[in-house]
Amino acid sequence: MSNPGTELPVGGERLDAVYDSALESVDAAEEAVMAIAGRAGFDEDSMHRIGIALREAMVNAVVHGNKYNAHKKVRLSAGMEDTSLKIVISDEGGGFEMTKVPDPLAKENLLKESGRGILLMQAFVDDFQVRRLSPNGTEVTMVKHLSP
Amino acid sequence: MSLKLSTRQVGDITVIDAAGRVTLGEGTSALRDSIRETVNAGHKKVLLNLGEVNYIDSSGIGELVSAFTTVTNQGGQLKLLSLNKRIQDLLQITKLYTVFECHDDEAAAIRSFT
Repeated sequence: MSNPGTELPVGGERLDAVYDSALESVDAAEEAVMAIAGRAGFDEDSMHRIGIALREAMVNAVVHGNKYNAHKKVRLSAGMEDTSLKIVISDEGGGFEMTKVPDPLAKENLLKESGRGILLMQAFVDDFQVRRLSPNGTEVTMVKHLSP
Repeated sequence: MSLKLSTRQVGDITVIDAAGRVTLGEGTSALRDSIRETVNAGHKKVLLNLGEVNYIDSSGIGELVSAFTTVTNQGGQLKLLSLNKRIQDLLQITKLYTVFECHDDEAAAIRSFT
């Protein structure tokens, strides 16, 4: 599939899409979710934070999860549930243990070039969950509440 | 919008004006190349102007760290100029405010190099 993202049937403000394991998919996913968030009424700062969190999760799925493997896909679902935007991203990679991710705020890690993606996702959404999928893959769920 | 970089000299200080997004891919590659070219040309005092940068992801932050270590490992100094609120927030969240020297005013930043 050469198309970076193929949208499955969409109902209202819900997106279900399958993306190739390519960096172009990150931009496509960002554009699609930003459109939903914008129509839902998130302010500019919240949109920025959602965008960063979404990009970090997509990059993790494409780069670290699927390792750019053309045979592996990234699945994204996003939509409003009441007054919250819920984003679920899954890959088909080998998975990882959250407890084994080095603390990017530790003094010895401050000058490392990578390892800050999860920190930013946790900082920029209201709820962040990671679970391993069987037999392979990782699923990240992020929720951002619409401020009153 | 991808990242656009232009370089100018102010005395012995190289000012790199960046505009756009510093994200994984073209943005981080362009920044890395610019820093390497600057250092390879023998310039060791670098002021990275982020005034027109509106978006940085974790890979972009990593590239800033890489730029910092590349320059300092050559005995030089790299400082940041004109960070907007969102980039300031990113540096706070990642504790990199303890690493980077940041300035709001270019003239003051230029004077701060030793």
